[in-house]
Amino acid sequence: MKTIITTAVLCVSALGSLCLPALSQSETVDASLQKTLSASFRAEGQAGMDRLVQDEANRLCSQADAAGQTLSDEDAERLRQSSFKAITWPTDGQFFGDYKLGEKLAQDGRGKTWSDKPGAENGGNCYNCHQISKSEIAYGTLGPSLYNYGKLRGISDVNSVAAKPIIDYIWGKLWNPRAYNACSSMPRFGHNSLLTQAQLKH
Amino acid sequence: MSASVLSRTAWVVMAVCGAGAVWAQKTASDSIAEYRAMLQDGNPADLFEAKGEDLWKQVRGPNKVSLEKCDLGKGPGVVNGAWVELPRYFADMQQLQDLESRLLTCMETLQGFDAQTIRNTPYGKGEQTNITALATWVASLSKGLAFKLPQAHAEEKRLFELGRQLFYYRAGSHDFSCATCHSQDNKRIRLQDLPNLTTNAGAGLGFGAWPAYRVSNGQMWGMQLRLNDCYRQQRFPYAQFGTEAGIALSVFMGVTAAGVPTTAPAIRR
Repeated sequence: MKTIITTAVLCVSALGSLCLPALSQSETVDASLQKTLSASFRAEGQAGMDRLVQDEANRLCSQADAAGQTLSDEDAERLRQSSFKAITWPTDGQFFGDYKLGEKLAQDGRGKTWSDKPGAENGGNCYNCHQISKSEIAYGTLGPSLYNYGKLRGISDVNSVAAKPIIDYIWGKLWNPRAYNACSSMPRFGHNSLLTQAQLKH
Repeated sequence: MSASVLSRTAWVVMAVCGAGAVWAQKTASDSIAEYRAMLQDGNPADLFEAKGEDLWKQVRGPNKVSLEKCDLGKGPGVVNGAWVELPRYFADMQQLQDLESRLLTCMETLQGFDAQTIRNTPYGKGEQTNITALATWVASLSKGLAFKLPQAHAEEKRLFELGRQLFYYRAGSHDFSCATCHSQDNKRIRLQDLPNLTTNAGAGLGFGAWPAYRVSNGQMWGMQLRLNDCYRQQRFPYAQFGTEAGIALSVFMGVTAAGVPTTAPAIRR
C-alpha cells in the first residue's frame, strides 16, 4: 500500500500531467479489492457474484466513506439528479394502498439473502431501522423515527394540494433515497426492485 | 407463598398498573434487561472450551498426533496470549492467518487432515465444529488480555488497509456495507445493540467477544461464521471460510481494538 502511494506521488511530481493515463490510486485500491472479493465469496442460492458489483453511486460513496470524506458537491448533485430522473411514479397516479398491509411489510425483514426462498416477496425491513407505530417497541435506531410522520408535517388530508409535495417525497424516498441524499444508507426499494409499486403504496 | 396467593398478587399488580401503553413499554424493556442479565449468569461456552482443550491434546487425524506443537504465532505449543495477536503473518504459509485458519493449517500439517475438505464443510458440521471448539479454548486463554496485533510486516499493513476498504464497501441488493450498521455509537437493529467497529472501544467490544455462545440458536460461533452471517444479512454472496476478505476485516477490527481487553468466549443473544 505504502509503495503504491509513494509511486503515485513521485510519478505526479516528476512527470505531472504525463502520468494521468496511468492507474490512479483509487483504481489500484479498487483492483486489489475486486481480486479479494472474487476469491473470498461464492454464489449461493439467489445471491450471485453479481451482487458484489458496485454501481457508480455505491462506488463513489464507499470510496468517500473509506477516506473519511464526504462526496464532492458536484458528485453529490449529479447522483441526486440522475437518481431523481430515474424514479418511476405510480403508473395509475395512486400513492396509497392498505396501511394494515403496510404495517405488515414494515415488520417483515425477509428477502434477498442467500438463505431466503428465491422468488418470494420481500419485506420492507422498516422497523429494523425506524420507529413507526408507537405499539411496536422493538424498533431500530439507524434511521430517524417516523412516528407521527405525517402529523408532524401538518398533513391532515393526504389528498390535499398542500400535502402533495410530502406525498411525492415519500414515494421518491422509498423508490430511491439517493434522489435526496446521494449517499443515503437506506435501500433503494423501487430502483432495485426490492418492493413492487403495489407494496410501496401500502 | 401458595399458587392462589401468587396469582391474586399478580392480579392486583395488573389492576393497579392498568394496561396502558406506558406500562406495557416499561415492562417489555424491563423484561429485556432481565433477559440480558440472565444471559450473563451461565455461559455454555465453558463446555466448548473443555472440548477444545481436549481436542488440542488428543492424538487425532491420519498422522495420529496432537496439536500440542501447533505454532499459533508465539512459537510451537504457546497458547497463552496467542489469540490477541491474531491475525498475523505466518512465514510458513506466506500469508496472514486468523485463529481459525491457523488451527486448520496445524490440523493439516501436523495431523494430516485434508484442509480443503474441512474448508468446504458447512459451519457447525464435522471438523468445523472442532475448529470452533479449539478456537474457543485458545481464545479463553487470552481472556482479559489486550489486543496487540502485529503490524510490522508489509502484508499485515496491506490487509489492514484492505480490511478498511472492505468495511466501507457498499453493494448487494440493499446497498449495505459493514459500516451501514457498525460506524455509529449507540445504534441498534430492532433491539439488538450494534458495536461501532470504527472506534477503539467498539472494535474491542465486537471483535473481542467472538467465539461467542449464541442463545438464540444454541450454537457456538467463531468470528468466521459471525462474518459469514453478517454478509448473508448484507445480501452479499456466501463468504467462504478463511478467505482473504474475512482475514482482512479481522485485521481491521483487531488493530482498531488495540489495547482493549478481550471478553471471548462471550455470550450473545
